[in-house]
Amino acid sequence: MTETSAAPTSTTGSPLVKRGLAEMLKGGVIMDVVTAEQARIAEDAGAVAVMALERVPADIRAQGGVARMSDPDLIDQIIESVSIPVMAKARIGHFVEAQVLQELGVDYIDESEVLSPADYVNHIHKHSFTVPFVCGATNLGEALRRLAEGAAMIRSKGEAGTGDVSEATKHIRTIRKQIADLQATFRANPDELFVAAKQLQAPYDIVREVAETGKLPVVLFTAGGVATPADAAMMMQLGADGVFVGSGIFKSGNPAQRAEAIVAATAQYDDPAAIAKTSRGLGEAMVGINVADLPAPHRLAERGW
Amino acid sequence: MPEHDAAAPVRAATSPVRGVSGGVARPTVGILALQGGVAEHAAMLETLGARVVPVRTEGALTESSLDGLVLPGGESSTVDRLLRRFQLRDPLVEMLAEGLPVLGTCAGMILLAEQIVDPAPGQQSLAVVPISVQRNAFGPQADSATEMLETTLGPVNAAFIRAPAVVSAGDGVAVVARRGTDVAGDGPIVGVATDQAVALSFHPELTGDVTFHHEFLDRL
Repeated sequence: MTETSAAPTSTTGSPLVKRGLAEMLKGGVIMDVVTAEQARIAEDAGAVAVMALERVPADIRAQGGVARMSDPDLIDQIIESVSIPVMAKARIGHFVEAQVLQELGVDYIDESEVLSPADYVNHIHKHSFTVPFVCGATNLGEALRRLAEGAAMIRSKGEAGTGDVSEATKHIRTIRKQIADLQATFRANPDELFVAAKQLQAPYDIVREVAETGKLPVVLFTAGGVATPADAAMMMQLGADGVFVGSGIFKSGNPAQRAEAIVAATAQYDDPAAIAKTSRGLGEAMVGINVADLPAPHRLAERGW
Repeated sequence: MPEHDAAAPVRAATSPVRGVSGGVARPTVGILALQGGVAEHAAMLETLGARVVPVRTEGALTESSLDGLVLPGGESSTVDRLLRRFQLRDPLVEMLAEGLPVLGTCAGMILLAEQIVDPAPGQQSLAVVPISVQRNAFGPQADSATEMLETTLGPVNAAFIRAPAVVSAGDGVAVVARRGTDVAGDGPIVGVATDQAVALSFHPELTGDVTFHHEFLDRL
């Protein structure tokens, strides 16, 4: 045993600590909430965290205009109303919104395409913050670029505010397939990883790490269009570590019951009998919009690069 | 990735890094796998030579001949709700009452506590260890940290992630770790043990420190 008379040093904001919180959210559901009351409903239903925002994506979509970080008063109210982690969204590239959110004491910042981007070139330099970030991605290259910038958690983007899960399916399948391809390249001929990094437009070291381990070095959740317990369970069966549900809960007929059902189906994602049971009698799901009917300028997943 | 995939025992076939000297030759350890950091515990226990069973159903709990159980980190209020919704709470309480050895980290410590001073509305614990705990006792995520602790088992590299602390401990509870001081000091209590249970505020499974897991397997 060693003598340690000096005061122990405490290290905050390290990648391990930032990624560590996301590891503890695995198998869980993170729910968008716009009021303290919704936050309490989410906590009561078994959410592992809430995302505090002013408007859910379906309303941002319906109302248009520039979508920004939420009012600090609202975020304070939500932090005070629940005991589970609270996340909040900053605009892509808006590092001052992120500074404000860190100051407010949120547990995670979502640099989110659901809000209007503040910078069409640069994302936030996330290593420079103590609070961790989650970022969206539609493919592996995008995910790895966000990791290079310091993201501690990735969510596949899907198409937020639609209730149509097809884009979420496409993005999680794409990321998983690209990881499998990288791993195959590593096993067959690691020399080709330099070109793989070039094609993915991501730093070689991170590409190599993913190729060697066959997984992202951070937790991968799925988001965008999840509206039913079966949607959530499908994302889990496709390899997600957990799900974000945005408009799908509080735009439905019976939010409390639907929230609880989605939590249960996420935990028992590979048990169809359990999913059937939990899917009964939930009332109206959110009405939704088919992504195919959305004109390209209104597709949020195309924000971020 | 789903936890049962991430926990796939690629390493189980290889020889353990450190032999399990105390008890059963190759103990079977259940990990409550409803939500949270299951894969990290599974990888660590397999490396140490245990057979790991993820527990998500009553059958897995009662029919796997478990020598011990791990309650991992996660969101304690979520795990509590799922335990009750899936009718796992009663059989779990019963097995723990019969003396099943148990190791809880973070949310697992909260589940083991007799009392939670600041529960989420309606949140229950399993009341296995006579301690009172405060959830999220060290501040928001920005205050989460890694720290070397001077424990009764020697120095341990600990990760505190929105961690709980023990605010009072009853009879038969040994303090095994405090934060900021050694065990004889006056730092917040972050590790306790009884004959049956070890409850830690922190995550040795995130830093890869096997000290407490090794000692837990030795007891089985």
